Amino acid sequence: MRSRADQFIHRHIGPDTGEIAAMASAAGAASLDALIDEAVPSDIRLSAPLDVPGPETEAEFLARMRAVGRRNRPGRPFIGLGYHGCVTPSVILRNVFENPGWYTPYTPYQAEVAQGRLEALLNFQTMVTDLTGMAIANASLLDEATAAAEAMALLHRVQSRTRPAADRFLVSRRCFPQTIDVLRGRAEPLGIEVEVGDPGQWRPDAQVFGVLLQYPAEDGEVAALDEVIARAHDAGALAAVCSDLLALTVLTPPGEQGADVVVGNSQRFGVPLGYGGPHAAFFATRAEFARQTPGRIIGLSVDRHGNPAYRMALQTREQHIRRERATSNICTAQALLANIAGFYAVYHGPQGLRAIATRVHRLTQRLAQGFQRLGVEPRHACFFDTLRAPLPETAVEPFRTRATAAGLYFRYDGATVGIALDETATAADVDEILALAAAALDRPAPVPAAREDERDAAPSWPARLTRRSPFLTHPVFHRHRSETQIMRYLKRLEQKDIGLDVSMIPLGSCTMKLTAAAEIRPVSWPEFSPLHPFAPVEQAAGYQALFRELEASLCAITGLAAVSLQPNSGAQGEFAGLLVIRAYQRARGASGRDVVLIPASAHGTNPASAAMAGLRVVVVACDERGNVDLDDLRRKADTHRDTLCALMVTYPSTHGVFEDAIREICGLVHARGGQVYMDGANMNAQVGLTSAAAIGADVCHINLHKTFAIPHGGGGPGMGPIAVAAHLAPYLPGHAVVPVGGPSAIPAVAAAPWGSASVLLISHGYMRMLGPDGMRRASEVAILNANYLTARLAPHFDVLFAGANGRVAHEVIFDLRAFKLAGINELDVAKRLMDYGFHAPTVSFPVAGTMMVEPTESESRDELDRFCEALIAIRAEIQAVVDGEADPVDNVLKNAPHTAAEATADDWPHRYSRAQAVWPLPFVREHKVWPAVGRINDAHGDRNLICSCPPIEAYAD
Amino acid sequence: MYPTDRQYTKDHEWIAVSGATARVGITDYAQDQLGDVVYIELPVVGQHFEQGAQFGSVESVKAVSDLYCPLAGRVVEVNTALVERPETVNDDAHAAWIIVVELSGAPQAGALLDAAAYAELVA
Repeated sequence: MRSRADQFIHRHIGPDTGEIAAMASAAGAASLDALIDEAVPSDIRLSAPLDVPGPETEAEFLARMRAVGRRNRPGRPFIGLGYHGCVTPSVILRNVFENPGWYTPYTPYQAEVAQGRLEALLNFQTMVTDLTGMAIANASLLDEATAAAEAMALLHRVQSRTRPAADRFLVSRRCFPQTIDVLRGRAEPLGIEVEVGDPGQWRPDAQVFGVLLQYPAEDGEVAALDEVIARAHDAGALAAVCSDLLALTVLTPPGEQGADVVVGNSQRFGVPLGYGGPHAAFFATRAEFARQTPGRIIGLSVDRHGNPAYRMALQTREQHIRRERATSNICTAQALLANIAGFYAVYHGPQGLRAIATRVHRLTQRLAQGFQRLGVEPRHACFFDTLRAPLPETAVEPFRTRATAAGLYFRYDGATVGIALDETATAADVDEILALAAAALDRPAPVPAAREDERDAAPSWPARLTRRSPFLTHPVFHRHRSETQIMRYLKRLEQKDIGLDVSMIPLGSCTMKLTAAAEIRPVSWPEFSPLHPFAPVEQAAGYQALFRELEASLCAITGLAAVSLQPNSGAQGEFAGLLVIRAYQRARGASGRDVVLIPASAHGTNPASAAMAGLRVVVVACDERGNVDLDDLRRKADTHRDTLCALMVTYPSTHGVFEDAIREICGLVHARGGQVYMDGANMNAQVGLTSAAAIGADVCHINLHKTFAIPHGGGGPGMGPIAVAAHLAPYLPGHAVVPVGGPSAIPAVAAAPWGSASVLLISHGYMRMLGPDGMRRASEVAILNANYLTARLAPHFDVLFAGANGRVAHEVIFDLRAFKLAGINELDVAKRLMDYGFHAPTVSFPVAGTMMVEPTESESRDELDRFCEALIAIRAEIQAVVDGEADPVDNVLKNAPHTAAEATADDWPHRYSRAQAVWPLPFVREHKVWPAVGRINDAHGDRNLICSCPPIEAYAD
Repeated sequence: MYPTDRQYTKDHEWIAVSGATARVGITDYAQDQLGDVVYIELPVVGQHFEQGAQFGSVESVKAVSDLYCPLAGRVVEVNTALVERPETVNDDAHAAWIIVVELSGAPQAGALLDAAAYAELVA
C-alpha cells in the first residue's frame, strides 16, 4: 500500500482530484470522463489500458535505476571518433546541466525574456568562430554527422546557381565512418553522388561541387589542408572540414587554410558522453553563406531604447517560414549542451584550453614513444591525441580481450588499434595501455619515459601547422576564472530568462510539461553519464535493457510494431520515417511513388523533411473549421494515384482539434497505395486514449521532449524516435559502427546508434513512475486544462477552431486579428504578457495573427487562473485602445515589455502610469519578472548581422 | 498613387520599359505587406530569365517573397546598393529598382497590368 504522498502522479499532474471535477464543471462537462468523450472521437478510442510497466514511486525508480546502472561498465573509453572523455566542471554541472533554470526554457523566440541563454549561445558562436577561424557560426546542430550533411547540402545549394550540373561530393575515407554513413543517406534523395576516397588522389572536375575532409583525420593524422582545398577551389569546388575544437587550440585552424565550412562535435568541452548524446555539434562558415546556413543563428540587435539586445537572426531561412524550400528541416538545436561547451571555454579561457590540449598531446607522444620501444611504429608521425598502432595480427585478439576485461575500450580496425586520449587520461593510463600491448606482444613493458622528457617536447606536427593566431580574446573568456565569479555569471544570465521554474510556458505545439527532478537525476550519474556510444554493447547492459523496455513501451503507446531510438529530434524522425516509407515503396516495386500530401495547416518541418527525402510536396487544403478538406484530399490523392507515396498528418491536428474524419483520411490514402506518416507533435493528447495505429497511421515520430518529459533545454536537446508498422520494420535505420536497425536498413540518420541516449532515461522515468493509468490521466488532464482555459477565455477572445462537440484537444487557438484595425497585433499581446510574468503562447502558428495556448497537465489550477487573469486584463487594455481611451501608439501594449530601468527612470514620458506598466495585477507583485531589455528591433538585427560577442564598447553608454 | 509610366504584375512587381531594356522592382503594396525589408537576393548579371521565372527574393523579418521576371530578358544590371540599404525598398518602392533586363521577345498578351488595373487589384 502506497501513501498518496508517494504516488508520482500527484507530483506530475497539476490539478488535484477536487480541482479536476470543478474544472470539468467550469468547462461545462459533467465529469472529466464526459469531457474526454466529447473531445476524442469514439471510433479511435482504445479499449484496453496500455501494456506498460509501472507505476513506481520516486524512491523505487531511483533505487532501480542505481541497480540498472550498475549493469553498465563505462570503463575508460579511448575510442575517439568524435566522442571523448572530459571533465564537466562541477560549477557548470550543478548550475547549468542539473539546473531547471537552464534546462527548462524553450527556444529563445521571445528574446526579451531569453537574454541570458542568448548571451550564452553567443559565447558559443564566438568560441566556434575563433577556434575554427571562420567568420560566422550557428548556435549548434544535432551532431557532427548531420552537421557534415548540412555542410554538404549548403555547398550544393550555393553552387547550384552557377554550376547546376555539379552533383559529386568527394569525401575523404578518413572521415568518421558514422559521418560517411549519414552523408550517404542524406545525399541519395538529393541526387548527390558521394564518392569516398583518398584526398591525395583527388582531381576534382566540373562535376564536383564540394569536398569533405577530417582534421585531424579519423586515424589521428594531422596533415595540412591547404593544398587539397586549393585544388578543390581551383576546380570551382568548395571545401568543408570536420574538426575538433580542442585540437584547434593548438593547430592552424581550417579557416586559415581556406575551408568554406567547418563542423564538428563540441562534446569534449565539458559535456558528458552520455552513451552518444546529447551533445552540440558546431557549424561555422564564411560570412557570405550566412543566409544559406542551417539552424539557429544568434545575432545582436538593439531594443526600443537603443540598448544592445540579442535575438535569433535571419529566421526566414528556417522551415517555419520557407517550408519545403528551407535551408534544412532542422528545428531543435542542442542549446543546453552548446551553452555548457561555451561555459567550459569561459571557465578555462584560452590559456586553460591550450594547456589541456598540450597535456593531451604530450601524453599521446608518450604513448607513441612507448609503442616505438615495443617495436610497433604508429601509423602516422604527425598526430594530436589519436594514434593508430598496427599490432601483429596474432596480438590483436589477446590485446582486445585483456583491455576489455580491464575496462579499456579502443577502436579496432583490422589489425590496427585506434587509441584516442582525452582530458581525463593520465600518465598511468598510458603506461597501462603500453603494458597491455607488451603482454599481448609477449614482451616486457617499456620503461615509462621520465617526466622531464615531456616538458619541452616539440609537437609532433610541422611548425606551419602550429596555431599562431589568438583566440577567445573577448573579455568574457578572461573574466570568470574563480568559481565565485563564474557561479555569479551563470546565475546572472539564468535570472534574465523565463523557464518553467518561473512560470508556465503555454506554448502551443511545444508541450512544456514538467521534467521531474527524479526523472533527470540519473542522467548525470556515473553509471550512465561517461559511456562512449561505441563501447562494446555488452558493457552497456543497463542502457540496452532500458532501450528494449522503452521500445516496447513506445510500441504499446503507438500501437505500432517496431521502434528506432536513433533520431535526435522530431525533424530527424520525420526524415527517417519518410526514408523508411520510400524504401518500402521501392522494395515493392513502386519507386515512382514520390508525392507526399501535406495539409496546409502542417508545421513547416513536414514539407522541409519531405523535400530532404527527395519527395514532392502536394498541399491539401483545410476547410473553414480547420480540418483537412476531404474533397480536396480525395481529388489530390486521385490525381496522384500512381505516384502517391505518403500522407503526412498531425493528430490531433495542428489546429488543436481531434478531427472526426481521421480514419477516413488514412483509409483513402491507403486505398491509393500511400502510407500514412503521423507527426507526433501532439501526442500529449493521445497517450492511453488513442494511438497512431488506432487512427490508421503506419509510421509516427514521438517527440520525447514534448510528450515524454525530456526538457527543452532552452532550444534542445530533443529526441524523435520513430515507431513503424510491421511491414516497415525491416527498413529502420542502421549504423556504420554499431549494428542496429532492420535487415534492409536505411543509412543512419544520426551520428550515434541510439541518438541522445542519456536523455532517454528521462522518458523512461516518466513512463515508469506514471505507469499506464498515470499516462492516460496525464493526457486527460492536458485536454481538461486546455478546455478549462478555453471556457474561461472564450468570453474575451474568439476561439478559432473546435471539434464536433465544441471541444478543443490539448491546445487552443485564440484569434487576435480583429484588433488589427486598432493597431494591436499578436506580438503586442505576446510582449505584454511578459509584464505580467508570463512567456507568450505560440504566436502566428499555425495561423497568422493568432496565438495558440497549450497549458499541459502539469500546470495547476492556480497557475492557469493567473494566466487567464493576465489575458483578461490584457483584453481590457486592448479595448481601451479600441475605444480610444488609450493612445493608439503610446500605450501599455505597444511599449511592452517594460524594463526596470525604464520604470524607475526619472523621466516617464508615457500617457499611462508606471504602476499600470509594471504592476498590472496584484499577483504580479508576488513574483515580478523584469525583462532584461525592451522590445527588440528585429529588422535592425537582420540588416546588420553581428553574430559573435560584440566588443565591450558596444555596451558603453 | 501607382505611377502610370510603367506596368505591373499580379505578383506585385513593376516594370518600366525604356527602349530595349526595362527596370524591375516591387510595388508599394508589396513592401507594405512584407514589412521591414532586410535582404534582397539578387541575380547575377548575365543571367537570362523567361517571363515569370523566379529571379530573386525579398526578405523581411518574418516572410520571404519570390521575385518573378515580368518579361523575358537578360539581366544587365543589378542594384547592389539595395544589399547595403534594403530599407530603401520600404522608403520608396517605386524608385528602388532591383534589376535592369535587356528584353528578349514579346510579352505574353495580358500578362501586365496598367496602373489603374493594378490599383484595383490591390484595393
